[in-house]
Amino acid sequence: MGESIVTLSKIGMVFGGSSGSQTVALQDIDLRIAPGEFISLIGPSGCGKSTLLRVVGDLLTPTSGQVQVNGKSTHQARLDQDYGMVFQAPVLFEWRTILKNVMLPLELRGVPQNQQRERARELLNMVELTGFENHYPWQLSGGMQQRASIARALAIQPKLLLMDEPFGALDEMTRERMNMELLNIWRQTQTTVIFVTHSIAEAVFLSTRIVVMSARPGRILHITDVDLPQPRGEQSRAETRYFEIENAVREWLRKA
Amino acid sequence: MNQIRQNLPAIILFVAGLLLWELLVVLLDIQRFLLPAPSVIWQAFTSNLDRLLHIGWFTTKEALGGFAIGCGAGILVALATARWTLANETLMPFAIAANSVPIIAFAPILNNWFGVDNPLSKMMIVAVIVFFPMMINTVRGLTLVDPTIIELMRSYAASDFAILRKVRLPNALPYMFNAFKVAATLSMIGAVVSEYFGGNRSALGVFITQEAAQFRFQNSWAAIIVACVVGLTFFLVILVVERLSIPWHSSIRNRAGQ
Repeated sequence: MGESIVTLSKIGMVFGGSSGSQTVALQDIDLRIAPGEFISLIGPSGCGKSTLLRVVGDLLTPTSGQVQVNGKSTHQARLDQDYGMVFQAPVLFEWRTILKNVMLPLELRGVPQNQQRERARELLNMVELTGFENHYPWQLSGGMQQRASIARALAIQPKLLLMDEPFGALDEMTRERMNMELLNIWRQTQTTVIFVTHSIAEAVFLSTRIVVMSARPGRILHITDVDLPQPRGEQSRAETRYFEIENAVREWLRKA
Repeated sequence: MNQIRQNLPAIILFVAGLLLWELLVVLLDIQRFLLPAPSVIWQAFTSNLDRLLHIGWFTTKEALGGFAIGCGAGILVALATARWTLANETLMPFAIAANSVPIIAFAPILNNWFGVDNPLSKMMIVAVIVFFPMMINTVRGLTLVDPTIIELMRSYAASDFAILRKVRLPNALPYMFNAFKVAATLSMIGAVVSEYFGGNRSALGVFITQEAAQFRFQNSWAAIIVACVVGLTFFLVILVVERLSIPWHSSIRNRAGQ
């Protein structure tokens, strides 16, 4: 593999102080992610996939091992605002309109007001929320709120988009539509995505590679290459290869 | 028009209550010093209007001054408390304990400290009374923030100051308005009751006790009505400011209806 945007070597993460109550959340994680990849982390609850995402995003410091993002420490990458984060909940600020919510990261970066507005409108257009600029979050449906939070994450054109079960709280129909939209956004922006999910279907449809993790301790069990042709669309869900990969991932998850 | 229709039952109840009161006083021949009829109170109110307005304003100023000092100090201490964990852990138990103490019992002491005729003594009592609910609520608002929001802000490398300004303060506003509403009511109670322990002759509480001592209870009643109207007005002003300041909050949008 050539250059990598994320390099994880021998990552270990232990929670809890005294030796009796310690939990090994991550053990011996080695992973290199190339620019433009779409990586899904999948595994049973408690396998440490969200922890791993937070280690990459410098929201948690691993107890052992090295992480590099763009050849820098994760801390430097965070200071340089290389990350865009999307959580399971939209985490929109209820006191801000949708437009102002999307402007937040630009505001924190000190971008001039009129440019903030312009960029936020552009992004809302991309996630099909034009016309909702001046609505408050509570006036939008769950799916629309999550689209706004994706727009916010993309506002600063992050090198790395970290998504922690972003569609976990949505119904199946909305989730599939959001998958399609995310795929389009990923293609347009060519950003690298690390995506935590519980859904095999979602992982196969979206990813270039799927990292299957096992629980206690959280380790990488297997990495599946998803060689479904790009660009993908709804028809990809009907391909034989899609089902083959889905079954293969399911087999690995059984062993997890 | 719609507003009137909505509040019609309440208005009818109020008027009916007054009529019943008047009727009972006449029918049962209740002595004036026990309970004057509304018409008598109204008469006392109109014939003493100038004086009542004067002393009402005097006490209102004490309440407002105390409200400003107490709420201001409460917010400042809350900001410090929320900033430093140590301060939070040491101060909060005391604040919560102090909040359930009848602070008005200290009124004679503060009268003694600041001078019984000095309005500042009443302001200080009011300030101490409103300080604790203000501080406790503000600390809650500043600290009870969705942890994911903090993670989000940290992922953007936001400074503590940016988190305070863009997250903690807006998050605290609804809590603070709750405290303002409590403080508005408490400040008028505090001012009037502390005047019962003595004070300037042109104060509501002093007037109420003196008129009562001379069996002119209808005048005391008239002054009580002034205190009620001021207290209510203060509360309503806060309510309006709240509605304008945090239209996004669930308590407001539910009240406003769809």
